[in-house]
Order: sequence, then structure tokens, then C-alpha cells
Amino acid sequence: MDTTIELTVDGERRAVTVDTRTTLLDALRERLGNTSPKKGCDHGQCGSCTVLLDGRRHLTCLALALSYDGAEITTAAGLARDGLHPVQQAFLDHDGYQCGYCTPGQVCSAVGMLDEASRDAPSHVTEDLDVPTTLEDLTDSEIRERMSGNLCRCGAYPGILAAVRQVAGA
Amino acid sequence: MKELAYVRASDPAQAVATVADDPDARFLGGGTNLVDHLKLGITTPGTLVDISHLPLDGFEETADGLTIGANVRNSDLAADRRVRAGWPVVSRALLAGASGQIRNQATTGGNLLQRTRCVYFQDPTTPCNKREPGSGCSAAGGYGRYNAILGASPACVTVHPSDLAVALAAVDAAVLVLGPGGRRRIPAAELHRLPGDDAEHDTVLGHGDLITAVELPASALARRSTYVKVRDRASFAFALVSVAVALDLAEDGTVTDVRVVWGGVAHKPWRAERAEDALRGRPLTEAAVRAAADAELASAAPSSDAGYKVPMVRNATALAFRRLVPALAEEDR
Repeated sequence: MDTTIELTVDGERRAVTVDTRTTLLDALRERLGNTSPKKGCDHGQCGSCTVLLDGRRHLTCLALALSYDGAEITTAAGLARDGLHPVQQAFLDHDGYQCGYCTPGQVCSAVGMLDEASRDAPSHVTEDLDVPTTLEDLTDSEIRERMSGNLCRCGAYPGILAAVRQVAGA
Repeated sequence: MKELAYVRASDPAQAVATVADDPDARFLGGGTNLVDHLKLGITTPGTLVDISHLPLDGFEETADGLTIGANVRNSDLAADRRVRAGWPVVSRALLAGASGQIRNQATTGGNLLQRTRCVYFQDPTTPCNKREPGSGCSAAGGYGRYNAILGASPACVTVHPSDLAVALAAVDAAVLVLGPGGRRRIPAAELHRLPGDDAEHDTVLGHGDLITAVELPASALARRSTYVKVRDRASFAFALVSVAVALDLAEDGTVTDVRVVWGGVAHKPWRAERAEDALRGRPLTEAAVRAAADAELASAAPSSDAGYKVPMVRNATALAFRRLVPALAEEDR
């Protein structure tokens, strides 16, 4: 059953007609032609479909598009609208990729993660939950833990870690 | 994926009525588990009733503690200052689960109602009594590393995957449910059930029952609580075993009250009451903790594949107590 919904994608309001079963990822890629989010596992295990949805990092493969009518989505491509985002520049500076397939998801995840950390969100490796979290506290183990939802099968993790560390300023 | 209808619920009562009237309808929350199941063909509902836009996403401070709306995201619950201070085991359990992206999407109610990650349940080409009642259990004679060691039955040997459910049982939380018959309140420790001869049902909820909130009662126990989770990799994996401990200790080191709940070992969060009884009213030592865990594990019946979980959950329990009382390990040396 087809229904038309509205999404704001990378700053543009777009109407898109979707089936009840269409995922947000397929709506973006196949219906709106935005191939920035990638289909890796399509089961929520790899993070390559990550976007910023209403300001937060969010998977698009485990999301039915109908449920997100009216949402505001920023993809990695959208982050570069006015020149490269500092996270994107840092990935270039530190070779935070090899084949590049996971990179748009890694970039969106890093942007969302840094925002979470700046708003006092703790992680699994945070020692003391009473101490406020800040960007300066992001140790390597904090960054690794907070980025664990994004797999890189080329194994570019050292570069990804260095890139995120540069932007965090830790 | 089978064709399906989609309804965006406008209020909780209407959502409940819609699902209750249609045996083929299901609630859709954050979708992190259900959407995957639709893709895999594990479940084939005719209608999805989307509850993710219902205004069940607030925190309410009450005389007894904190009430969490069912749609509060796992990330928001974990980061809440009141939860971190008053119920650290809840924050810890959530932070030990899934990934940052999934925690931003997954809800409090949905976390409790997620289904098992048993590899046979997730593979529609194999028999599974939980997915297809009466078809048999492939895990009992198959790949058994993730299987239960307590409370299993011939019908089902799997474990419940929720970390949050284990934590809630340790802080005497309650689950508020709106169903076709009205509202009711279920102790979190009684929400999930053992399989017996009915592997299909994970919880005591019926069709059309909607979790609307979770109550966290404030207590000395809850304030001194933590969560230890052992996984195959450092992050973003389900528990092999996990332990939630909440502890109220007198000034002289005697255990005033205690909760010990295990995850990854049974079809439900396993409240280790024999272990708690062995510890209550006595001085807390590392040896006492290990003996208490052994008292509980006396009834464990692991397959050879899952036998490693017995020492693992004993050690994880000792580690949880050491995190709450760092002096423990020192005393015993």
C-alpha cells in the first residue's frame, strides 16, 4: 500500500511515496536518489546506514519510512553542503578509511557521538557516572566504545580513532 | 516481506483496542527488533500499530521514585542524571547493550519485549517452538553455547536478551500495562516467564497488552547497584552472562539487604534468591559471595556447550560485588 510522506533531507523538503514496508534507507537511496547512507548488513549490525535523524545518530535500515513522516535527516553528503565538516576533514587527515563504504556512516556516527558526549551522555567504559562527561574526557577507549556500532571491514580503526580524537580535542 | 497495513496510533487506549481486536496486529515501537524480524520472516503481522509517536516519552518524579514512559529512548534513560545517581544499575545495563545508534532508537518498553537472539529462532528454515509452536527445539541438540543453564525445558533452552530487564528486577521496579481489561502493575521480576511447555510466550502479557511505563522505586539498595556483562567482544554484543547487584550494607559490613539477578542464563532474568538468602544478615566477604553464587548454581543444568557459564556467572557475580565494595578483594587476600 503506497503512502506519500514528507522528509527533510539535507535541508531540502522532499515528498516521497513509499510502501508500508519501505525502510528509511530504501526511501533515501532508491526513491530519493541519496546514496550517501550505505546498505551494509541491512540488519542493524554494521552502522553503514547511519544518518542524523532529528539531530541524533540513527540507523535507517531498521526504520520503516512511514514511521518517520516529517523527520529531518542529515546524511554525510549533507554535512558537506558548506565545505567539509570538521569530522570529514579529520577522516581525510588521518586516513580514516580504506574502501570508503562504511565512511558516510562512520562520519554521521562520529558527529552524533561527539554531540552526545558534549551533552553529558556517559558510556559503558565511563568509570564514574556521577562525573559529568565532556569532550575533553574522551579517551581512546571511550571513543572506541562509543563508535562500536560502526564496523569497518578494511580495519581502518586506527585512522578513525585518530580522526575522532582530533575533532574531540582530547 | 509480507504485505502489511500501517496505523499510527493516536492514543494508548485506541492502540490497545486496535491490536486487541485483531489477532494479526502488532505494536511497533522503536522497531530495532521488530523491523528486523519482518525482514527475516520471523513474524508476519497483517497490521502494525505504530505507538512510537504516543506521548509516553516523559520522566515523572513521584513520592516513591521515578516513572519512566515506555517510549523513553534507551540513550535518554541511561544518561538521565536521576537514574545515574539513584539507579546506576539501570544506566550501566543500558550502556552495556547495543550501539549508540540503536540506543537512540530503542525504547524502554521495547527493550523489555525484544525477542531471543537464539540462532534457530532467527532462522525460519529450522524448527523452533518459540517461532512455530510444536515444531521442536533445534538448540537443545544443536549449537548450544548461548543456551540457558537454569530453568530451561525440553520445549525451549534459550535465554532472554534484555540487559534492562535484569537491572529492573534488581531494583524492585514495576511495569505498568494498559490492556483490553484495563490497567495493571506487574513487578518487573515477574514480567518474563520460564518456557515450561509453552515456549512461544516470553512474558505474562497477553495480546493487546501495552507497556506504558516503568516505575523505579528509590531505595538504598538501588543507589548502590551495578551491572557486569560478559560478552564475546568488548562492545555491541549480547551477554554470555550478566549480573545485576543491588546492595544495602550496614556500617559494620553486614548485608542489610541484597538483590542478585543474572542475565544470559535463563528464559527470564534469573533472580538468585538462594544467593541473596545466603548473604542477607551476614558479613560480606568475597568467599561469602562465591559460596552464595554456588548455592544458587546447585540447581544449574548446563549442556556441555554452555557449561562455561557456571564459573563465568560465579566470577561475574564476585566482580560485581567488588565494584560495589572495592575493599572486598583486599580483605580476602
